[in-house]
Amino acid sequence: MKFLPLVLANLGRKKIRTALTLGSFAVALFLFGLLVAIRGAFNQGIDVAGKDRLMIINRTSLIQPLPLPYRDRILRIPGVTAVTFASWFGGVYQDEKNFFPQFAVDSETYRNVYPEFAIPADQWAAFLEDRMGCVAGASLVQRFGWKIGDRIPIRSPFFGGVWEFNLRAIYKGQRAQDDLTQFWFQRKYFEEKGPPYMKGLVGWYVLRISNPDDAVRVTKAIDQEFANSAYETRTQTEAAMAASFVKQMGNIEFLILCIGSVVFFTLLLVTGNTMAIAVRERTAELAVLKAVGYSDRFVLGIVLAESLTLSVVGGALGLGLAKAFTAGGDPTGGMLPVFYLPPASLAAGFALALAVGVASGVIPAFSAMRLRVVDALRRV
Amino acid sequence: MSAIPFVYNIESVRARWTSAIVAVLGIAGTVAVFVAMLAMARGFEATLVTAGSPENAIVRRAGATSEMDSIVPLSQLRPIEDAPGVARAGSVPLVSAEVVVVGALPLKATGTDANVQIRGVSPRALDVRRHVRVVEGRFFKAGLPEIVVGQNAVRTYAGLDFGSRIPFGGLTWEVVGVLDSGGSAFDSEVWADADVLNQAYQRPPGIFQSATARLVSKEALAEFKRTLESDPRLTVQAESEVEYYAKVSRMITNLILGLGTLVALVMGVGAVFGALNTMYSAVAERSREVATLRAVGFGVGAVVLSFVAEALLISFLGGLLGCVAVLPINGLTTGTMNWQTFSHLAFAFRVTPALLAWGVAFALAMGLVGGVPPAIRAARLPVAAALRDL
Amino acid sequence: MVRLGRGAANKGLIVARDLDKKYVRGSEEIHVLQGLNLDVDAGEYVAFMGPSGSGKTTLLNLLGGLDVPSAGTITVAGDEITHLSRRRLTEWRARHVGFIFQMYNLLPVLTAFRNVELPLLLTHLSKAERRQHVETALKVVGLQDRMAHYPRQLSGGQLQRVAIARAIVADPTFLLCDEPTGDLDRKSAGEILDLLDVLVRDHGKTVLMVTHDPRAAERAQVTLHLEKGSLVESEAVPA
Repeated sequence: MKFLPLVLANLGRKKIRTALTLGSFAVALFLFGLLVAIRGAFNQGIDVAGKDRLMIINRTSLIQPLPLPYRDRILRIPGVTAVTFASWFGGVYQDEKNFFPQFAVDSETYRNVYPEFAIPADQWAAFLEDRMGCVAGASLVQRFGWKIGDRIPIRSPFFGGVWEFNLRAIYKGQRAQDDLTQFWFQRKYFEEKGPPYMKGLVGWYVLRISNPDDAVRVTKAIDQEFANSAYETRTQTEAAMAASFVKQMGNIEFLILCIGSVVFFTLLLVTGNTMAIAVRERTAELAVLKAVGYSDRFVLGIVLAESLTLSVVGGALGLGLAKAFTAGGDPTGGMLPVFYLPPASLAAGFALALAVGVASGVIPAFSAMRLRVVDALRRV
Repeated sequence: MSAIPFVYNIESVRARWTSAIVAVLGIAGTVAVFVAMLAMARGFEATLVTAGSPENAIVRRAGATSEMDSIVPLSQLRPIEDAPGVARAGSVPLVSAEVVVVGALPLKATGTDANVQIRGVSPRALDVRRHVRVVEGRFFKAGLPEIVVGQNAVRTYAGLDFGSRIPFGGLTWEVVGVLDSGGSAFDSEVWADADVLNQAYQRPPGIFQSATARLVSKEALAEFKRTLESDPRLTVQAESEVEYYAKVSRMITNLILGLGTLVALVMGVGAVFGALNTMYSAVAERSREVATLRAVGFGVGAVVLSFVAEALLISFLGGLLGCVAVLPINGLTTGTMNWQTFSHLAFAFRVTPALLAWGVAFALAMGLVGGVPPAIRAARLPVAAALRDL
Repeated sequence: MVRLGRGAANKGLIVARDLDKKYVRGSEEIHVLQGLNLDVDAGEYVAFMGPSGSGKTTLLNLLGGLDVPSAGTITVAGDEITHLSRRRLTEWRARHVGFIFQMYNLLPVLTAFRNVELPLLLTHLSKAERRQHVETALKVVGLQDRMAHYPRQLSGGQLQRVAIARAIVADPTFLLCDEPTGDLDRKSAGEILDLLDVLVRDHGKTVLMVTHDPRAAERAQVTLHLEKGSLVESEAVPA
């Protein structure tokens, strides 16, 4: 539009100030993206939880096991379509700092319950055949530079000794939030090499039900089935389980909300002040525009346009940087399961930038609109 | 070189306070977040570290990464008790063989389950851990399904109030006492007789995870450690309890510190932008004043110094404000999950004078970065042209 | 011909009747203009002089539609502007008035070309048409080779000429000048006054000028003095 040169020229008046204000927007929106990614990392378990999946743990404690014979009894409960189980291994690869989750899984049934992980058929077949085989997530592989066929030694403080595995398959996810940091190996190997007291016991069960609405009924049915036994169960939906973990981690959401609010409030102040100064400096010019015949409404519009240009460009810059930063993966080197920015958040960030742009420009814009030419010119 | 009197800066800031306020608030916000994150990390760390006493040593199986993956069988307990340096009460060695398990209890705040750390200890545990006291009721009696609860755990979980009964592990336990361990991790724990707990959790009897020994003095650790680690009958590692807990806290502390610093740095960049904006517009608005000062005889250096001093004044105010704003969270208790034990840990934000000093230092650093470029510009203003505008 | 009486029979291009303007300062009421009457015909060149605070600029502001009188009417080319809404007044101003201020009041962020183009952006002319008008206006003031310069690259006299180009580019009904030579050295002032002469003589513009400078007032056909809120004629120079 024909007035764009005027808007841009005004912004170019004090280039450093414009750059700084742009920078402020960029920084604020970058931080926004960062906070969203961090929040996403903490909530990851909830985000990927299957609507039709339930998890069963020992009622007394998460770390207590459940007996293997439970599997058949769970399968007999109406509504249950598939059951699998896994045990926590908790080993150390090279250094305690290199933490990643390791599970001994029931290879025949695991993927029935977790169909979302994509594994090339030949790799999976190789894994099934090798009792010392293991499967690793794509992020894990990238982090340690593993290749198919590598021998991976993991020391077990719980069960003693160093266990060796052959990397047979790499799994990828289908959604951005999928956790690609897991390590699976064969249950049979676990029973074979592990201590005798672990035989016949599993860490937890995961099952799929035919209808997500059935979750409450099935949950009750399962816990009922094993009530008053030596190993009582606690069944929950996967989402509830993940949510309880997050809740234990403290009020991360609140913390993030606080930080975010402080940042945006400050941004509003900085840009509002910048716009106010920019308008104050130009009183005479704005008066001249009005004298020449530009309406009050026009002047309001032009100030707002300047403010919006800054916010749009600065915001886009900041969000772009955040997206690039998250593309680089987890900055903590493996402690977070995911680290990315969903498109919905980008849109939300953009909307926020616009809102701040309007809010910071509104008061100076109105004062520019209300400026009386005679007063302004008399000041000269 | 004579310096421009600082009172000029003070008056200038006062006269243009609406503009200065922006920079002040920007810096204050950044400092507040920075100090808060540091306080959170320190608080978490402190909670775990103060659990340990410098006179205690913790013995676990060699190669174990935490308590939970360690095994210390009964057979190895005797040599530990007999090792040199172990304090005694009369002839009884002050050693507590312990087991740590995790139980699920609903959080009072949300109603959802959280994992509580349950520690099976020796009935002599209070003698071993002198900084833990019973503040309500009494300690449990050996062999009975009785538990004592840390004061934070009482507040955090439903059903642990003094006198209540709570079933888990096939037994019904009675809360007979409340413990105060001075804000350490033990305040989030539930203690019971180790043997009874082993039974309830169907663990083989006589198998513990660790043994904590009270030593006669800090110095006795070296010999105690040497003796045990070189004993061929044993496969153990011994270390100071304080050191052990420091290690345990490291992962989460580092995560909080890492993320917190990242956030604070990014905010700092934004705050610097705000400061730069303020200072640049200050320079622009005061070009005539600067010209006058120069004409009067103040040199370029004096002008630079003056503007930098003003930027530092503003950032100092911002730093102070940020510190004051964040002080109220000191002692505020919150909780998070100890990833190594999967259990909930309550801790308090810990704002120390050192942290506040760091906050102010950070503020001054931002002020410096935000003040120098505009100051240089002020010094470079052409005097004659600026005076002509007068 | 300029007439000052109320009862003037033939109406001029610019007609002011019974103009009153007062300000309230604190608890005082200050009457800047009282019962002022004025008729200006098309093509006339009028200078307004008077001591500081006599209301010259106020009168100019009223005639230019920048302010509204407390009482009285102003009619320009048959349109009565005193009761127009603010928005209408702005539109009217864009079409009928060209302003030339003492302090040039160019936008420092725009080139000379774009400064002159400003009034045309309010019209429906195409980009090419606008360009044509701007070039013409700059040629009239003799600055067509400085189109791409920024105000900071121009001398005082040149700045004022750009301002004049802007004032005439949309072909307004009349020009209002408030101390156009006030900030200029003698030589530049002379050039500006020459330019105004050209506009009146060769282009038939109507020019109303407020000035302190007797040399500037000399150039006008009529000089009017503002005293006690109304106009008094002084020596009229034959047209």
